[in-house]
Amino acid sequence: MDLYTDGDPIADTRAPDGPIETRWERHRFEMKLVNPANRRKLTVIVVGTGLAGGSAAATLAEQGYQVKSYCYQDSPRRAHSIAAQGGINAAKNYRNDGDSVHRLFYDTVKGGDFRSRESNVHRLAEVSVNIIDQCVAQGVPFAREYGGLLDTRSFGGAQVQRTFYARGQTGQQLLLGAYQALERQIGLGNVEMNARHEMLELVVVDGRARGIVVRDLVTGEISTEMADAVVLASGGYGNVFYLSTNAKGCNVTASWRAHRKGAYFANPCYTQIHPTCIPVSGDHQSKLTLMSESLRNDGRVWVPKAKGDQRSPRDIPEDERDYYLERIYPSFGNLVPRDIASRAAKNVCDEGRGVGPGGLGVYLDFADAINRLGRKAIEAKYGNLFEMYERITGEDPYEVPMRIYPAVHYTMGGLWVDYDLQSTIPGLFVIGEANFSDHGANRLGASALMQGLADGYFVLPNTVANYLAGAGAFEKIDASHPEAVAARTAVEQRIQQLLAINGDRTVDSFHRELGQIMWEHCGMERSEAGLRKAIDEIRTLRDEFWQRVRVLGDGEGLNQSLEKAGRVADFFELAELMCIDALHREESCGGHFRAEHQTPDGEAQRDDDRFAYVAAWEYTGDQPVLHKEDLTFEYVHPTQRSYK
Amino acid sequence: MNLTLRIWRQRGPQDKGRMVTYPIQDVSPDMSFLEMLDVLNERLILSGEEPVAFDHDCREGICGMCSLMINGEAHGPQRGTTACQLHMRQFSDGDTIDIEPWRARAFPVVKDLVVNRNAFDKIIAAGGYITAPTGSAPEAHSVPVAKNNADAAFESAACIGCGACVAACPNGSGMLFTAAKITQLSLLPQGQPERYTRVIGMVDAHDEAGFGGCTNIGECAAACPKGIPLNTIGRLNRDYLKATAKRAGTPGS
Amino acid sequence: MAVTGIILVLFLVAHMLGNLKIFTGETSFDHYAHWLREIGTPLLPSTWYLWIQRAVLTVAVLAHIASATVLAVRARAARPVAYAHRRKIHVNYAARTMRWGGVIILLFVIYHILDLTSGHLNPQGDPANPYGNVVADFAPERWYVTLFYTLALVTLGFHLRHGAFSAFRSLGQQTPAGERRARAAALVFAVVLVGGYLVVPFAVLTGLVA
Repeated sequence: MDLYTDGDPIADTRAPDGPIETRWERHRFEMKLVNPANRRKLTVIVVGTGLAGGSAAATLAEQGYQVKSYCYQDSPRRAHSIAAQGGINAAKNYRNDGDSVHRLFYDTVKGGDFRSRESNVHRLAEVSVNIIDQCVAQGVPFAREYGGLLDTRSFGGAQVQRTFYARGQTGQQLLLGAYQALERQIGLGNVEMNARHEMLELVVVDGRARGIVVRDLVTGEISTEMADAVVLASGGYGNVFYLSTNAKGCNVTASWRAHRKGAYFANPCYTQIHPTCIPVSGDHQSKLTLMSESLRNDGRVWVPKAKGDQRSPRDIPEDERDYYLERIYPSFGNLVPRDIASRAAKNVCDEGRGVGPGGLGVYLDFADAINRLGRKAIEAKYGNLFEMYERITGEDPYEVPMRIYPAVHYTMGGLWVDYDLQSTIPGLFVIGEANFSDHGANRLGASALMQGLADGYFVLPNTVANYLAGAGAFEKIDASHPEAVAARTAVEQRIQQLLAINGDRTVDSFHRELGQIMWEHCGMERSEAGLRKAIDEIRTLRDEFWQRVRVLGDGEGLNQSLEKAGRVADFFELAELMCIDALHREESCGGHFRAEHQTPDGEAQRDDDRFAYVAAWEYTGDQPVLHKEDLTFEYVHPTQRSYK
Repeated sequence: MNLTLRIWRQRGPQDKGRMVTYPIQDVSPDMSFLEMLDVLNERLILSGEEPVAFDHDCREGICGMCSLMINGEAHGPQRGTTACQLHMRQFSDGDTIDIEPWRARAFPVVKDLVVNRNAFDKIIAAGGYITAPTGSAPEAHSVPVAKNNADAAFESAACIGCGACVAACPNGSGMLFTAAKITQLSLLPQGQPERYTRVIGMVDAHDEAGFGGCTNIGECAAACPKGIPLNTIGRLNRDYLKATAKRAGTPGS
Repeated sequence: MAVTGIILVLFLVAHMLGNLKIFTGETSFDHYAHWLREIGTPLLPSTWYLWIQRAVLTVAVLAHIASATVLAVRARAARPVAYAHRRKIHVNYAARTMRWGGVIILLFVIYHILDLTSGHLNPQGDPANPYGNVVADFAPERWYVTLFYTLALVTLGFHLRHGAFSAFRSLGQQTPAGERRARAAALVFAVVLVGGYLVVPFAVLTGLVA
């Protein structure tokens, strides 16, 4: 192909072998340790304070390292992990319903559509049980039963009840637990917290990550911070679509800057689209709000049978409605997995049967459930969700069916890491949503929180120690090192460049247009022609951005337009790589659906012979280079998913 | 809808600041309040005027970043709703809307509507946690927690740290924020060992940060977008009195 | 605030009960007033108890004012820049008028002492005949005095209503049900106390006591 070149294959050399149950245990024993007296002399930078970054910074500080933590928000408590609603999986088997570490491992590999590593996923399932213990000890107020023990529920179509939750605010409560542990370390002087700071460049010295360049968003001051290891916990890149369920500030800059400095980016095209979000209400739309997936337990999804039916939903008689999920998937009905429900909604809307403004929505109707169970019961179950829906749309879902539409929710791709969560740059570790490692091509519900905390509390602190102990004596370098100065100068120049354009279009207008291109061609369904078109359009738009963007003010203080401009500039580059990745992966798997690769009845068709690998992309400044990491499955054998 | 906005503009911490009037046309009732400000900012940029700086992030009412005093009410006129979830259908054509930052000495203005709420982090750092280093935790089921206590702890834990309580309080007190965390942790068995040192540490940090004192008026709980109940402050007071009276460090007490 | 407030409230209750003795007639009331000076005798010399009580009350008042001043100064410092537009959501008149209400009450107390304790501002001012002083004070043609007393006592009622609830809260009242009870108790207490005080001037005004 003309868009990238093939490079050497890549292998996870840190991956242990032997029986899968013993791999992590043995690996932990084989890893080197740092003498407690020496830890004080070692500095670790952690970028991001979500579940992964917050828990990692707190744990590393508890162990005695000097930690410097950075976040762009005004407080570490605001990272977007806070918005996770559903819950956190753990193989506790408190229900005696047949759950086990092995079953969680199995479900996660299968749910990832066989595009993740068995060793990593098994480790995730193993430590999941420790996470719950840890969080309870911190005072996370999980839901409990009358006997005082923890309540669990089944989530996202799982056959066992392994999801622990704190009402609809599990992410918030887990994050506050990690945040409080972090604040304790800040109070003790073990963590230097830098809120409202954004990482804009990675400093690599002699092939190792040795620091970052950050901008103080309040004073505009650019500084170079040096360390012995750098941890990126900067989250996912769903905001490349402009509209997503991510927070407005979520961005790819930290990851992308590291990618440009040599860290490979893996599987960028794997994007999770969540089926139950509130539809767009107009051009002013700035973000999309997720409605809990649990609504599909009682709501029925339908659209009118006729195209362009403008009648009010209550005036459409039963025989003129198409309950399309129940029709196409009689056994799972409204509870089919996220990717399938999303695509089905897109298909009916593409047919012109969508409802609401712009025809981009489908009904989620509770009339039957209200008739069957009574309004009271529905209120008890979903009252707060219904209220939120009414606040946003101004419609009463007890009277009129809800309108929902899919939205970008999570990105499974991210920086490539080995079993030790270390990227291709030694000393640069990547955890949480920012890495690619555990979810394969599709993430299961309630697994993101599990992975973030597993990485931060239990995996990274061990593997960072191994790196620090094994890397030999660190040459003491400071911000005057030529590499550090060069990185800093590059950041300053870029800021000056953005400010100097002084064109006639706002940053948001570019971001919105980029998002439309991505959603159209690299969203729920991708095709070769569409992706090629998208790449052309992205390149044109990117050139226009660098000619016409208008950023007012200066770099000397709080300048939100300048922040956004830098982020959008990086999104342009990422967007192109996503399209190239999507184009090269000529199969459908998980969150990646290629129109050319579907079964006769429209389901995703994997091609394990050609594509059972991780696509790790190397940045060259010109065409990216593809390095393949082959995936082997010894314990869970690839099968085709079916929900008919 | 056509509206008149009067917005607090302040270039930086040293600037005195002033209210500036901006007419805005064609506002859709389906916009959120922050989307309306986005639209204003787009227009300001194109006309060469610096956009209004305001804090926001998740825009789904949970991160606690948004912080606008709208017509003199923290987060605006709709109860139990953050500014990011407030929609323009709550206003009428022709309205004049005053938008100001949170005002408190402990929350100094950074720029325009953006304030620095680091004081809240300091209160948490002074004791708003349970000391449980990673890996030291016992099996989660080893200590049952009565459901009513767990539920009440959750209710207090729902605080998003936005600072509306401080902004609304006539005394500029951050007591509801402080009390919410104290209540959550003191209702759980895991929080008992540090219960009395926590309350003293947090209240001291609260006072040091320059917040006002509580006089039990109740404006905070009325303004709280998450419905943190006022009685958490009673719980804080009770723990504080016990902590000061019985010398919490005395063994066996 | 709460502790000094409680001392003052205890005095208010005793004072109100004493006032009500006016309905038992002139001799009985004057005898009561005289007895107040003799409490503690012969252990204490005459009027010593009264002076001790006055000293305690003065200290309580000063401490109460000092605490209030500290709170007010802190509140002022806590919000150096005022809002251009301010609306109260939670209508709680009693809580919002504590400071100015307190000042009004203080001025009233000073007047009240000069009127009915020292007699300087009383039309009769005979220390041996408190009953006569009261009757002269609230005579119908001096309706403005009664009006002033009424306004001051209503202010006191508001002050007590929030003060009593706030004292419960400051001393650790912590449950939602307890909060409802505390608020109700504070309201009832304030109404009863103000009513108990107001019956005296109105009884004089209407000729019930003459």
